Amino acid sequence: MKLDLLWTVLGMLAVTYSVRVSFLGFGQRLRFPAWLQRSLHYVPAAVLTALVAPMTLAPQGALDVSLSNAYLPGVLATGLAAWWTRHTLGAIVCGFVVYAGWRWLG
Amino acid sequence: MAFRAGVFWQGVRDTTPMLVGAAPFGVIFGALAVSAGLSAWGALALSGVVFAGSSQFVAVSLMAAGAALPVIWLTTLVVNLRHALYSAALLPHAQGLSARWRWCLAFWLTDETFAVVEHRLRTQGMGADGQWFWLGSSLAMYLNWLGWTLVGVVLGQNIPGLESWGLDFAMAATFTAIVTPQLARRPVLAAAVCAGVTALLARGLPYKLGLMLAAAAGVLGGMLAERGLARQEPQS
Repeated sequence: MKLDLLWTVLGMLAVTYSVRVSFLGFGQRLRFPAWLQRSLHYVPAAVLTALVAPMTLAPQGALDVSLSNAYLPGVLATGLAAWWTRHTLGAIVCGFVVYAGWRWLG
Repeated sequence: MAFRAGVFWQGVRDTTPMLVGAAPFGVIFGALAVSAGLSAWGALALSGVVFAGSSQFVAVSLMAAGAALPVIWLTTLVVNLRHALYSAALLPHAQGLSARWRWCLAFWLTDETFAVVEHRLRTQGMGADGQWFWLGSSLAMYLNWLGWTLVGVVLGQNIPGLESWGLDFAMAATFTAIVTPQLARRPVLAAAVCAGVTALLARGLPYKLGLMLAAAAGVLGGMLAERGLARQEPQS
């Protein structure tokens, strides 16, 4: 486990630093292809949704869209609050309140 | 080159709003990492050595789910690839700097420091001491992130049963709150739907490979939707 963590961190450092130093370190010798630049617009939404969807709709592994799944109202409340207020932290707090309340009532 | 205190602190000051914004996420990250089973040093190493917020959250959730190392590394690459754009955007300003400055400042390149430094360089140029401004912004973000991570770690270790408070929900809520406002753009919505459905269908794959598959499906879906919309527009 300890060794695994070391490799995780070192690998993440290598990958992240390479990306950051790319142009600043190697200058104009690099070119950023246009298609890659366009595809980057979709990375955050794709990766984050890919993490949230199974967490929310199948928290125990099996698909669960029942009322006992507090993730559903919680994530829904977070999303609506973020949509209307554009305030990330406020939306998280709002979702957490709904999630905790739902579990407490359930 | 001699230290330029005035410009350095100007960089720190101009970054202050970003420091406040990052603080709660540092705390959440530290507490989450500890309650997900990481040691205190593991959580601090992620903040101090990798120093890339969103990829740290993703890595913790992947580690907790038993993902394979290459999946974690590859996801980190995908999530942090946008930093290459920042690196490219800052290069024209940084060309007068020595290699040592450029290689050092690159380590601290985050969304926040990019926003602050790019604005400064675009409006005022590098001048004789712009690198000290850049360093000020970088170190402020770095120490701020490390400090709030530590606060989160201490909280996580001292509040018993923190994991039963639904910190895993905090992760889902954080990601949701970041993504939702972006969905107003239709290609981004297409990307999210493709990624979400794929992730759900592929959730049984080992080593969290489903995540890579879903990310690829999402990006592809977004680009296809963008192309489809571009084709429609001339007719309407």
